[in-house]
This record gives sequence, C-alpha cells and structure tokens, in this order.
Amino acid sequence: MAGVELTTVRKTYPNGAEAIFGVDMKINDGELVVFVGPSGCGKSTLLRMVAGLESITSGTIEIDGKVVNDVSPSERDVAMVFQNYALYPHMSVRGNMSYGLKNRNIPKAEIDQIVEKTAKTLRIYDYLDRQPNQLSGGQRQRVAMGRAIVRNPKVFLFDEPLSNLDAKLRVQMRIEIKRLQRSMNVTSIYVTHDQTEAMTLADRLAVINEGRVEQMGAPMELYSNPASLFVASFIGAPQINLIPVRFEAGKLGNGSLSLSGFSDLPTDTDLVLGVRPDALELGKSDQLKMNVELIEQHGGENLLYGALAGVVDKDGNSTEICLKSGQETLPAINEVLELGFDVSQAFVFRKDTGERLQ
Amino acid sequence: MNWRILSTHLILTIGAIFLTLPVWVAFASSTHTAETILREGLQLFPGGHFFENYNTVLFVEGGVMKKVTALQMTGNSLLLGLGFSIGKVVISMLAAYAIVYFRFRLAVPLFWVIFMTLLLPLEVRIIPSYKVVADLGLLDTQAGLIIPLIASATGTFFFRQFFRSVPDEILEAARLDNANAWRFFIDILVPLSKTMIAAILIIMFVVGWNQYLWPLIMTTKEENYTLVIGIKQIYQILNEGGELPQYQKAFALTILATLPPVLVVLVFQKWFVKGLVESEK
Repeated sequence: MAGVELTTVRKTYPNGAEAIFGVDMKINDGELVVFVGPSGCGKSTLLRMVAGLESITSGTIEIDGKVVNDVSPSERDVAMVFQNYALYPHMSVRGNMSYGLKNRNIPKAEIDQIVEKTAKTLRIYDYLDRQPNQLSGGQRQRVAMGRAIVRNPKVFLFDEPLSNLDAKLRVQMRIEIKRLQRSMNVTSIYVTHDQTEAMTLADRLAVINEGRVEQMGAPMELYSNPASLFVASFIGAPQINLIPVRFEAGKLGNGSLSLSGFSDLPTDTDLVLGVRPDALELGKSDQLKMNVELIEQHGGENLLYGALAGVVDKDGNSTEICLKSGQETLPAINEVLELGFDVSQAFVFRKDTGERLQ
Repeated sequence: MNWRILSTHLILTIGAIFLTLPVWVAFASSTHTAETILREGLQLFPGGHFFENYNTVLFVEGGVMKKVTALQMTGNSLLLGLGFSIGKVVISMLAAYAIVYFRFRLAVPLFWVIFMTLLLPLEVRIIPSYKVVADLGLLDTQAGLIIPLIASATGTFFFRQFFRSVPDEILEAARLDNANAWRFFIDILVPLSKTMIAAILIIMFVVGWNQYLWPLIMTTKEENYTLVIGIKQIYQILNEGGELPQYQKAFALTILATLPPVLVVLVFQKWFVKGLVESEK
C-alpha cells in the first residue's frame, strides 16, 4: 500500500506538442482518485506516465515515497486495467491471470492458489479454462481486473475500464469496482470521461482540462463549489445552466433579465451566471422566465427544458435552460414558468478566463 | 433459373478439365512403356506399367552416373522445402519483430531496403550469391542450397503488417506483467501469429520445393539433386544418350514431384485460409 505523488509533472512530445503542463498532486494511501476530463485533455497520458508506459519530460513521480521516473513499468509495482481489456487472446483466463506471476518466478502452486482465490471473488472461477473470446464483455472486464488484482500491486490504474460495456453493466461494474477497491484498500487512479462514473466512484476527483488540473477535491465539493467555468460545466448531469450576463448598475442583466443580490463584480467584461438545474425552484420568485419546450420524464423526476425569456445572444439565439423538478410537475408545452434561485447557490464566472468571481 | 445453374456448372467443368487434363495426361503417360509413348504419342488412358515404372523411378538408381533414386531426391527436395520455409519464417519474424517493436533510428530505412529487395529476384543476384556460397565452401551442400535463400522480404513484410495490427495495449499489458522482449515474442507474438506462420510455411514450402535455377547451379553431385533437377536430368539423358528416351520415367517423376506440395496444401488448407483471411484478435 502506498501513496502516489506527482510534482510539476510535464509531458512534451518529441514533435513539440505539449500534453501535460505541470501537474502537482498527492494521492493518499488507499485513496481512489478519478481523473476526469474531455477526450484529449491528457488524463490518460497522465495515468500512463504513472504506469511508466509514457516517459516524463520533467518533474517527478513518486510511488511509495520513491521516485520512479526511470523505473521500468514492471518494477513500479503497478497494475493496469485497459479500456479494451488487452487480454492475451490465445491464453485461457487462468493463463491471462497467472502470466504476470509466472514472469515473477512465483511457484506454480502458489500462483494457482492466488488465481483461484481471486477468480472466486470476481465470480469468474467457472470460466478459468475458457478463452477470452468465449466470454462476454462483463466477464472479460472481470478477467482484466483479476489480472491486475493477483499481482497485489501498490497502485491500481484504471484506464476507462467501463467504456466498452453497455449502460446497465456499467453501473453494475462501477459498484463492484468501488466495493473491491474498498475491501482491498489499494491506492487507485481511475480515468474516465464520464462524469457520473467520476462522481460516484471517487474519493477525490481531479478535473483535467488541456493538460492542467483545473480543480481537485471531493466530488460534492467540486459540484457545489467549482473553481472555474470548466469545472462547473463538466461536473453535474444535467449540465449546469449558463446564462450570459453583464454586471451593470449593481445588477446582473441581459436583455429583460435583471438580477439583484450580486456585488463587487467587474463591469467591463462579459460574465456567465451558472445555476444548477436543481437549484432552480418553480414559482419561488420571477427572477427567470422559461418558455417550456421539452419535458423529459425520468420516473422519479422530470427535466424541463426551454428557452430563457427575454435573453438573446449576439446572434439572436435564445439561451436554453433546464429545470429539475418532481414527477408531478407537468406544465404544458410553451407555458411560461417563473423560476427563482438562491443567490448563494449561483456562481458567476468571467467569460474570457473562466475564472470564478462569486 | 435452371439454365443458369447448368451454364455455370458447364463453365466450371470446362475450367476444371482444362486445368487438370495436363496432370492427367502426365499420369496416364507415366503408366505406359517408352515404346508406346514414342509410337503413339501422349496417352489419355492409363496403361499397365504403373508398378514397373514407379518402382524403377523410386528404387533403381538413375541419372547420368546411375547414382540417385527418386526416393533420395524426394528427401533432398523435402529438406530444401522445409529448410527454406522454416528458415524464412524464423528470419522474417525476427526481422519484423525488430522493425515493429524496437525504436532504432534505422528501422524505417532498413525496412524499405528489405522491401526493395523484392524487386531483385534470385536471378538478378545469382552470380554474387554463387560467389558468396563458393567462398564459404558450401557448394554442393544442403546448407549452401538453403541458407542463401532464407532471407525473405515478402515474409518480413507480411509479419510486419501482422505485428502492427496487434493492439499496443497487449504489449503494454505484457510490460506490466514483467515480460521482457524475448518472453513477449515467444509467449505472446508467436502464438498470436500461429495461423500467419502456417500460411507462410505452406506458401514457402511449395516455393522451396519448386526451386529450379538455384539447385541447378548449386548441385553437381547427383546425391544432392532435388526432384525438380532430377526431371531435368532425365530429359538431358534423352537428348544426349543413345538409349531410347525414357519419357515414362520423366512423367512418373513429375507426378511424384507434385504430390508432396499437393498433400501439404490439402492437409493444411484450413489453417492456410484462416491465416490469410482472419486475424485472431
């Protein structure tokens, strides 16, 4: 068991393209940290750098207090679960799981014992002698995890392990991974672009954007206290409502919209007001007016989508907003709803830098 | 509808006859005596001398020096075919492995150099090749016959393409699993290439078996003749000797020479097709 520490880690490819711009991060012993971000943001690169599959241009990576920059992947004592599982297609499940141990010269009896025990916990014991192509996606996923677990590594690395599964299985495996990680108490890094997966799995989340860590913290902290426009819009489903505004005469306004309760904001730049769909309340006040266009019924809750009345951008397009409400709220299409929100639950960002102002 | 089935079958039948008739004529003629062939030409129907002719060819020493039997030549041909194909597979797999998996400066230029040699068949470089083998003192030996032929641009190219199609994650998983370069090659790449190896082995075995020019200039002792050379020698006797031309023997030898490649292809057909059309990933 060990922590991982990254100190000003950078990655520049030989062709000059920069992937990672100085990442500092401390992952504690036994913690599950999720790297989340849009595709191409560098989260996988960062993970692969921890694994040793990608070289480090500058900075240091420490595993268990030891700098591992120049240590080969196999000696770092990390195990990785790949997105496409990367099982050896010609080996049986048993062969796949025991290959790494065999290469470490562990006696065969001991290997069998470890593999069988792990296979039982993962419920793949009955498939030990099958080939990977005889298994379903979920079973392959388990084998890939088994292969990582049997090595009893210091750090687990997951590279979007659930993205090849169907939605139902994904939820199921997500819970299983969490449970497994809890019971084994192994430091883990998990990469995903799926914010729901990130929110539900993580002890702490690192939102990564364009090679930088935008914000790191507990999932709910990022949700209710985002440091930037990017974090606010990336975390949370349905997405946060973003309304283009300017601060004039002590009020936030745009078109017929005029909101009070905000102060000390710059007047010389475009701002963005962010309000979560669940922070909006029907009929609380008439701060916002929404023209209902679409209702999504999710069973326990309804999502109402519509255009914000009186607000248009430069091109004359209206601003779409979303409201989360109970299943009993079923307005007619084109009905105008009056919505209100608590100013303390709203965020204000600079439009140009994404910096949070309030 | 019916006439379409009929016409396609007709065309197929004509094609099949067209392709197999020469083989059949050779076989039929090989069961007659030399006199019959000389007097009546090629034979369409089998005669009564099957055992006699094949027995002579297989077990009675023939050739100019009367030193070699077809059995012995078959052995030589087998050795050439197997050495040729196995050698090619081993060499080209190792070359492709180096080109695909090892980052060294010359990998790409080297690959293209190897690829360019496809443009230079044996016939073009036969004199330098002969010189090299002669200087090594390998003339008229099995080693001299096989080794200069086992470098293979085609094989290297096929294996390179195949290795490139193996997902990178497999390599990465193996690296995390403590597999060194050699283990990765033996434990992962070779088993994955199984069908590919089979396909190349078969093609190369047939090519090796049918080698003509190289064995012709390399072998002078009759004990080292391959079947293909043996056939040629029989015709040579026809031209130079005073005896009656032994056409029936030449035909018998030809039939014998075609059997092993046919058998190999028949037996390994399934693997062969699999290796060419599907990748097991």
